[in-house]
Amino acid sequence: MVLLQRPHILLLLIDTHQFLQCWIAFGSANEEGQQQEEFSEELLVKPLPDHKLLAHFHFQSSAPPSTSNGCHHHLFPKAISQLVQKFRVKEMELSFTQGRWNYESWGGFDPISSSNAKPPGVELWAVFDVPQHHIDASWKNLTHTLSGLFCASINFLESTATYSTPEWSFPPASGNVRYGTFPCEAVCTENLTPWLRLLPCRDKAGIALLLDRPSLYRGFYHSQRLHLTSTESSSEGIDSGIILEQTLTVVLQPNSERAIEVHASEKHVQPSWSLSSIFGKQVSGRCVLAKSSSVYLLLDWGLVAELKFPNKENGKSAANGLTSENFWSNPSFELSVNPDRIFLEESSSHSKSLSILYMFQVEKYSESEPFDIGLMWKVPVAWLCQQTPLHASRFFMGSGNERGAIAISLKSTQFTEGFMSANSKDGSCELRVDVFQVVPWYVKVYFHSLRVFVDQQPRAVSDFIEKIHVSPSKDKMSPGVMEVVLKLPCRVNTAALTIEFDKGFLRIDEYPPDANQGFDIPSAIISFPNFHASMVFLEDDSLNRSPLLSKFQEKCPVMSYTEVLLVPLTTPDFSMPYNVSTIKCTVFALYFGSLLNVLQRRVAEEERFLKAKAAKKTGRLPLLLSKLSAKLRGSGINQD
Amino acid sequence: MAETKEKSLSDEKPKPRVRPIVRLGIFLISHSFHVSVVCCTAGVLALFLLPVLAKNTYISENALMPGSASPMLSNQHVSDGNRLVKDLTNPNSKSSETGIESHKIIAQYMLDLGAEVSFHKFHPQMNQFHPLHFFSSPDSGKIQENYSCSSYGINTVGIIRAPHGDGKEAIVLVTPYNALKSGFGEALSLGIAYSVFSLLTQVTWLAKDIIWLVADSQYGEYAAVAAWLREYQTPKFSSLSTPNAEMCPDVNNLFELKGHSISGSKFSNSFRRAGTMASALVLKVRDQNEQFEDTISIYAEASNGQMPNLDLINVVNYLAVHRQGLRVNVEKLWSLLNSSWLKSLGEIFESLAKVAKSLYPKWKFGIPATEYVEGTATLASSLYYQALGVPTGPHGAFRDYQVDAITLEISPKFSLDKVWRNDILLRGGRLIEGVIRSVNNLLEKFHQSFFLYLLTSPSKFVSVGVYMIAFAFLIAPLPMVAASLYVDANSSSNCSKGDSSTPSAITDTDEHSIAIRSWRWLNSAKLVFIVHLWGAIVSLLPYFISQIPDCSPTTSFMIWVLLSILSLLTLNSVLASPLACAKATQEKEWALVKSVTISSVFIGLGLMSVINFATAEIGALLMVPMCLLAQPLKLDVRAGTLRSFCRMICNLVLGHIAFPPAALFLLKGMLDGFGNANVGDFWMWVESLWAWNSATYLFIGMVQLPCWVLCISILFHTC
Repeated sequence: MVLLQRPHILLLLIDTHQFLQCWIAFGSANEEGQQQEEFSEELLVKPLPDHKLLAHFHFQSSAPPSTSNGCHHHLFPKAISQLVQKFRVKEMELSFTQGRWNYESWGGFDPISSSNAKPPGVELWAVFDVPQHHIDASWKNLTHTLSGLFCASINFLESTATYSTPEWSFPPASGNVRYGTFPCEAVCTENLTPWLRLLPCRDKAGIALLLDRPSLYRGFYHSQRLHLTSTESSSEGIDSGIILEQTLTVVLQPNSERAIEVHASEKHVQPSWSLSSIFGKQVSGRCVLAKSSSVYLLLDWGLVAELKFPNKENGKSAANGLTSENFWSNPSFELSVNPDRIFLEESSSHSKSLSILYMFQVEKYSESEPFDIGLMWKVPVAWLCQQTPLHASRFFMGSGNERGAIAISLKSTQFTEGFMSANSKDGSCELRVDVFQVVPWYVKVYFHSLRVFVDQQPRAVSDFIEKIHVSPSKDKMSPGVMEVVLKLPCRVNTAALTIEFDKGFLRIDEYPPDANQGFDIPSAIISFPNFHASMVFLEDDSLNRSPLLSKFQEKCPVMSYTEVLLVPLTTPDFSMPYNVSTIKCTVFALYFGSLLNVLQRRVAEEERFLKAKAAKKTGRLPLLLSKLSAKLRGSGINQD
Repeated sequence: MAETKEKSLSDEKPKPRVRPIVRLGIFLISHSFHVSVVCCTAGVLALFLLPVLAKNTYISENALMPGSASPMLSNQHVSDGNRLVKDLTNPNSKSSETGIESHKIIAQYMLDLGAEVSFHKFHPQMNQFHPLHFFSSPDSGKIQENYSCSSYGINTVGIIRAPHGDGKEAIVLVTPYNALKSGFGEALSLGIAYSVFSLLTQVTWLAKDIIWLVADSQYGEYAAVAAWLREYQTPKFSSLSTPNAEMCPDVNNLFELKGHSISGSKFSNSFRRAGTMASALVLKVRDQNEQFEDTISIYAEASNGQMPNLDLINVVNYLAVHRQGLRVNVEKLWSLLNSSWLKSLGEIFESLAKVAKSLYPKWKFGIPATEYVEGTATLASSLYYQALGVPTGPHGAFRDYQVDAITLEISPKFSLDKVWRNDILLRGGRLIEGVIRSVNNLLEKFHQSFFLYLLTSPSKFVSVGVYMIAFAFLIAPLPMVAASLYVDANSSSNCSKGDSSTPSAITDTDEHSIAIRSWRWLNSAKLVFIVHLWGAIVSLLPYFISQIPDCSPTTSFMIWVLLSILSLLTLNSVLASPLACAKATQEKEWALVKSVTISSVFIGLGLMSVINFATAEIGALLMVPMCLLAQPLKLDVRAGTLRSFCRMICNLVLGHIAFPPAALFLLKGMLDGFGNANVGDFWMWVESLWAWNSATYLFIGMVQLPCWVLCISILFHTC
């Protein structure tokens, strides 16, 4: 029994090795085969090159597959497990984002940015475990459920014109995936509160205590994400193990009010910060329900290279003896709390330097002695984050209300140039770029007009596009989807894709209330499947592996999102219906008036009358005058 | 149609009574002379009434909320701006002959604020005459000539990304700057822009990205802005046709230096973009000013008389007057301000208004005479610049891409002390901050307020519904007179027959001649068509003349005139002669020609009023009287009455005035005196018109000139 269950539990809980072993040890005692529900909370703080600070909260709850529990849970949020059971969601990710991730200065090549940098607004994708013809129905129900759950207008993704079915370019490549974005959703605290409600301690204890709303929403980037994976158990699939991963990524400016004062002299010194100065709160102990509760401070390898640790040359040896004092008593900065542990990055694709991770255990602290780390910079330091191989940007070309073109331009970042050349000793190295682009139906894209420019030369499309999948849009039915696999030479400097479109016309009732703002075109996803962002940290024991660190070890392809575009469409005069009905009424009145006039007229009588008149006719003008006067006097003359 | 009815009315036979609307038409046609006199007078009068009828502006879009937030620009930002001004006016920075140093200073300042900075280098694109490029949207596909390395400009662009925004929209702030010979005013405008920019990097309310474009104006302000916009909107991905600018050592040098001095990734060589442009402000500071007050002038006219949304002007006006205490100006025709006839007209209107008010106290439409004169001067300049179709500043380049933009020119009262400079930096900066904040508030693009309007003062406007009345009055008599002339010409020749000639009632003998006679107007139409064809040829000629190297404007103009006359003679002899000779003997031929001419003028004016109203209005003022009055001089001489004599004089005067070069000459004379008027001026004027793709050029070539030629031919008709 135990042996039978083991493989899929392993699958389910890769992260919780230690617990698994414990469970195996006590397996005989636990006759039911019950795996306990787990929760862990972690926070990662990382200084960014442009004087900002990245804070990445990572909460993970997991529920084991169990039949006996039924629908009862100890820690795991019931709403989510019900949702998973009802719609048979295999994997799902929902993100609410405000602001833009700055790929140039905040990097795009590390696990944090490639999985947590999201397009503005709402993004939702889900993989369903239902037959093909039920997927759309499940998706619609899911959007409505989530919309209710998170107080957001996710339900607008219900309409077939807003979501799409990526075939192969979207990472969880599978036919059952649905993808939709809603860029104009305004994200605020009413979306955060339901998200926090899924945590066992809410924001009343533990690391989540730091989530002070004003300081969060003052930040430059704010993205809350909910990722769940369910692994189905072998028996009939009624119950499943679910891993719910909730992350909140914020980019904040430490003590911004001081930055204004210290203007000229200390401009290049990174601002010093502490958790209490950023969030205005301190952590007083862990959430008691959490299995692990820790705070990490990550120093980027670029930063580490700049810092010049005294024992840099024997870094490897220091990694073995992790107690080396040198890592936190550095001449360039000072930590207010001694870290409990230091991890060195195991190996990286770049040989220059290794990232360093400081770990702080929150368990040790309590109400009386709250946890608060601070970092004090002593000397100015400047470094760069590692960027994506190509920096992607997307923009509109052309002007006017009739047509235009979308251009996606890719530029090689100077950061990766050396990296590329190191990788490709032989000249024939290729860089694979996947582009996934969804355009709403009212932007009528002509896919035949796709053109490729490489290094400022127009090139044949077939030379560089290895694979392309296009599903044209149907008016008011489905958006246009384009998936392209580009194979570019490694030494490419610039590349650009352009595609032309016509602007469509909408019916008057299809315009949103603020139609004159324009219409959003969701971000395109540019991914580099050959590159994987992962960080493997040396750990002395693999027992207490934290979910966050094991998340970092996963090989996820480097991904970046382009800007959301705003396309101005022609808008009608919205008072038009009124004008039309007015004109229509006038026309009807004229028509029926003249019709009645004709119907009641006696032609013969009139002619006789005219003849009599003509007999005593004197001139044209008097005749006109008399007629006019008759007209003025009314219809009296007709009666006599 | 009207003609047949006329016939039928004159018939002896009793007919069923005619519909009232037809009768009204007949009445108007038969009294076309009186109707046209009344209508033309009403049209001119309505034009002069426009300043009285002007309404006060109001902010139509609620979301703008100008001035509802207190300005955040503090003395700290002002001193920052002052620092930049000092650095730029420092003689050291001007040492280099290409002015790269000052661009570097500006870029360094922008970088220190945390903005993204890039340089955009461009080659000044000479405006070429492309006969078929009128009304076409700006494109990048033009094949460029070879550029030398020495002639390029550098725009410095700084972009602030809104911290919470989604980057879909952007607001553009433009300051033209000539690094080679910059006055103090330009440096000051950069200082104002910098102080606003440094504020905007810190604020949290920003929802749209801010682009600050320091346009290198050594090849003209417009060219720099247009080049940047072209790169922004329609970039070229391929660089096959142009010699690569990177080859030039100078540019390389600049960028290399930048790369070394600046650490961090905020600087890049590549062109940077933000989202869709919501609106643009061009800021200039005039170097010297003799006035006693700080004033700010608004320039809004873009190509072909397009105007930005009135709300943008309203916001600037509101903030400048009510918040910053600046006086707001719009362009005026200064020569009109002192004219006594206008003053007396204003007094008449004022006294009329008084009378009206005494009759019924609720009638309050009068304005003081001085205000009337100023309103008229503003209106005239508004009409003039719209009619010219040439943008009045760099903002015109934005309008080509449907972006609302205006130019603000601050002219401070001049003194050199530091307090004054700080004051102008503070007030100018707060004004710009307020406008940007208002536009930033906008959820939708500008659409609420008017796009078609004429300004009579910064806070008064005449909307399209009102100013169309004057034009409608002016052109209303044209179809009537045309119809009546046609009827006259036909009926007078048919009088001798004494019978109806309507096709339905052909009774007797020579139906062949009648058929021919009823189609006689085709000959006149042919003549008119030939003259219009000639007009098209004449308007194409400058393209070829401009290809001749080393030609002074005067000689070019002479060549143009000669070629035009030659082509007219050729066309006449080739196309018109055989039939024209046969029909020349016909009497009343001129009436038919006049009738067709008037119809074509009516069509031309109607079309032009849709494209550029102001051109059509001014054209109508010149052409309508000329067309209506034209009559062979011989007839007038023969008649010898006082009335015909007057008509002759009027004809001769109008015949001179309506000739386009003469009209320009008079206009120039009125504006800046007759002393320096020159024959070559007209050529230069025309050159500027086609360089800006102004539809006025087409109007002059294809409507006004043919009309003038036809009228002259009527005047000298041998009948």
